[in-house]
Amino acid sequence: MNAILDGFKTAFVLLISGDKEVIQITWLTLKVCGTATLLSVLIGLPTGIFLALHDFPLKKIVVTIVNTGMGLPPVVVGLWVALLLWRSGPFGFLNIIYTPTAIVIAQAVIASPIVTGLSMAAIQQLDPNLPIQLKALGASNLQTVCILLKEARLSLLAAVIAGFGGVISEVGAALMVGGNIKGYSRVLTTAIRLHVSRGEFGYAIALSIILMLLSFTITYILTRVQQRRTIID
Amino acid sequence: MKKLLCVVLMLLLGVFVFAGCSQSSPQVDTDEPVDREIILATTTSTYDSGLLDKLIPIFEGKTGYRVKPIAVGTGKALAMGNKGDADVLLVHAPEAEMELVKKGSVINRQLVMHNDFVITGPSKDPAGIGGMSEAVKAFKKIAASKSLFISRGDDSGTHKKEKKIWSAAGVSPQGEKWYQETGTGMGQTLKIASEKQGYVLTDRATYLALKNNLDLEILVQNHPMLLNIYHVMQVNPEKFENINADGAKAFVDFMLDAETQKIIGEFGKDKYGEPLFFPDAGKKEEDLK
Repeated sequence: MNAILDGFKTAFVLLISGDKEVIQITWLTLKVCGTATLLSVLIGLPTGIFLALHDFPLKKIVVTIVNTGMGLPPVVVGLWVALLLWRSGPFGFLNIIYTPTAIVIAQAVIASPIVTGLSMAAIQQLDPNLPIQLKALGASNLQTVCILLKEARLSLLAAVIAGFGGVISEVGAALMVGGNIKGYSRVLTTAIRLHVSRGEFGYAIALSIILMLLSFTITYILTRVQQRRTIID
Repeated sequence: MKKLLCVVLMLLLGVFVFAGCSQSSPQVDTDEPVDREIILATTTSTYDSGLLDKLIPIFEGKTGYRVKPIAVGTGKALAMGNKGDADVLLVHAPEAEMELVKKGSVINRQLVMHNDFVITGPSKDPAGIGGMSEAVKAFKKIAASKSLFISRGDDSGTHKKEKKIWSAAGVSPQGEKWYQETGTGMGQTLKIASEKQGYVLTDRATYLALKNNLDLEILVQNHPMLLNIYHVMQVNPEKFENINADGAKAFVDFMLDAETQKIIGEFGKDKYGEPLFFPDAGKKEEDLK
């Protein structure tokens, strides 16, 4: 019980005093997860739309792979990205192992299938006759896609939220490819793990509260975007 | 028409990804040129005790190198050295280290410091090992009474030491019900042993650092077999590519420097009333026993 109380006390002090290290870790987490989510949207959204609108041989296999990828374990991604990026690996010459960039890459790999799978489902959910009708009305392909995106925006934003949730909560990959280096590649989840293993529960609890607040705030903003447009329309 | 759309989308995707990449990579390139970075593969015990948090900023200030400490078990740290994935190692498994020296994977191996292992366990001490002077006999008694023993199980220096004591005791505990492997670092393993009230072999530094959160007591200590000896060594730049040999050498020299050795000897005194490590630069391993 003492550990919990002390934890909340430490958390309060750290949050109020604006501890430099805590701010730096939080900011890095935001940057890394934000970039990773952005990348995953840039990869996942077009791929998802493509898969939803096109038929091709082996499509079921590809879709199954994407759906399996939605549950990619972060440690597995961490391991494979590390194997590729270690100096002894094929991309070792790039020297990006144990950097924030390496975390961004691993997290983008984790989130891309989530965004792809959910965007695909979002478009497929629409009335299958909609694209045909739009074309009959003389819409170009680009216009068709734009209207479909607009129609599916609620589910598409849910895809982005899920992708972001996937990366901000993972610890396995960030630890393995980022190295948890103080002041450089330490993000909130890896910092929490470290402080727990050091027995510094106060610090760990403080960081966990910050992580939840951060996650809540970002998700809140995305949700506002998602819901507001509904009302206007 | 569909194909055209595809091409356009793919192009857009390519441009975005490229933009995304070039946004994130300068963080690395501009901040620190590659040859100013060194990767230090080290053990969870040196990291969890906080010693490296104290030493690394001093080293960075003195030399301008940037150290990336990767805290893993000694087994993993040695494997990183053996593949050329690190520049310098700070580890505590003398016999396994010698294998790397023989293979030519590491050079310039130097004795830095020591502390010792202790056998800790619940204050009730169901196996009755409290106050025993020999680690091997204590392990035999734990096995004979089938008392719960918590092992790191991660091929770390501590785990290697533990396996050595078991084999000296003529016991093979793997698979026994009373023998549990955690596969985690020292701090986490101590916490698990404390919650489950089992025996555990730990380095003194991590135990002292976490003592307040643990319900464990030191039961066996001060036995030559329980010495925990740390060496620093460079990964051989002639065997692997991309090794920062100058940076690694600077780190080895720094660890042996009289001033650093003094800091190591003082570290932890203010907090725990006794030092966590004993500086040994210039000594020979045999002198310690």
